[in-house]
Amino acid sequence: MSFEAECPECAAGVEMAGDTVVGEIIQCPECGAELEVMDLNPPTLELAPEEEEDWGE
Amino acid sequence: MTESSPTRVGIVGGSGYVGGELLRLLLFHPHVEVTQITSASQVGRFVHTVHPNLRGFTSLNFIHPDQLEAVDVLFLAMPHGKASTEIEKYAGMAERIVDCSADFRLRDPTQYARWYGHDHPAPEWLDKFVYGLPERNRDELKGVRYASGVGCNATATNLALMPLADAGLLRQVVVDLKVGSSEAGARSTDSSHHPERSGSVRSFKPTGHRHQAEVIQALGDGFDLYFSVTAVELVRGVLATCHCLLDEAVEEKELWKLYRTAYKDEPFIRLVKSKTGLHRYPEPKLLAGSNLCDIGFELDEDSGRVVVISAIDNLMKGAAGSAVQCMNVMMGWDETAGLGFPGLHPI
Repeated sequence: MSFEAECPECAAGVEMAGDTVVGEIIQCPECGAELEVMDLNPPTLELAPEEEEDWGE
Repeated sequence: MTESSPTRVGIVGGSGYVGGELLRLLLFHPHVEVTQITSASQVGRFVHTVHPNLRGFTSLNFIHPDQLEAVDVLFLAMPHGKASTEIEKYAGMAERIVDCSADFRLRDPTQYARWYGHDHPAPEWLDKFVYGLPERNRDELKGVRYASGVGCNATATNLALMPLADAGLLRQVVVDLKVGSSEAGARSTDSSHHPERSGSVRSFKPTGHRHQAEVIQALGDGFDLYFSVTAVELVRGVLATCHCLLDEAVEEKELWKLYRTAYKDEPFIRLVKSKTGLHRYPEPKLLAGSNLCDIGFELDEDSGRVVVISAIDNLMKGAAGSAVQCMNVMMGWDETAGLGFPGLHPI
């Protein structure tokens, strides 16, 4: 069984496998954001820390 | 024509870049057979003489336009101004025509005169053509006999702005277009000589580009539009960076919703705004040879400016690809037929 949560970045529905665990990092299929599973009941996602490109230095 | 026989297609003006791309696409199209291709300057020569990528894929020779025989669908890929003076002749030779030039893009003859500097030679034909952007005019194109092509810069802009324009959010837009050299066509000039062109970042048309008229026609005149075109070190490609000032503040998630809703069923439009990956916004070089349009955006939360970025291959989604897509819609075929190439990486 899978379940779905909203991506905090782009509001897309992100499907998660039934064996997903809290703390797991998954990727939003639409905006590519890496998301940390914060809770399973209800399914809750937060942006995971990431590196950004910086070409302006 | 029997049900199983392919649709006969001809290409007029086949020695240019758009003609070559049309031929490349149509040779692999599941429902058509290219029976004739014309070029007044290349009569008798194999098409691979000027389209060397097609060597071995066709034995067609260029014929003179006067030798053209009736076909089912005719693509016109002639220089600007030719199709409109010869449209009666070609209309008598084909049930359906897709004209890739600018001759039949604008509905209003006064706008044509304003942007092209002279009266339209066949204004009675303007109403017969549907502007060939399926993402805008899909229903009108179904079953129609005549479709115009699209301007490449106009297409990149129209597809970038359409969701915001349709939502009535736009107040002012500055469109900065960076384009490849193939936009200038297959004929060389003194300024396209390699030592002059190579490495240049050429302000090609800072104001007054004709494709602006196609954007106004497609999206309406409810917002101020400023349009500048710069030729950069690309052969193919358009990158449109649209700086949008809105009538009301929006959040980035609203933009996601707006664009996702507008384009979720469009086979050739992809939203590219990625937090991860090698290319996080639209990149034209990845689209070379494809009929895709990639669109991304970002909200400047300090100013409220929304920057919408779109990328296409000017010869494909901006010309030949859209023309074949139009034919597919006009004929009632799968809209993606013959247009499945996804581009190359790396390139």
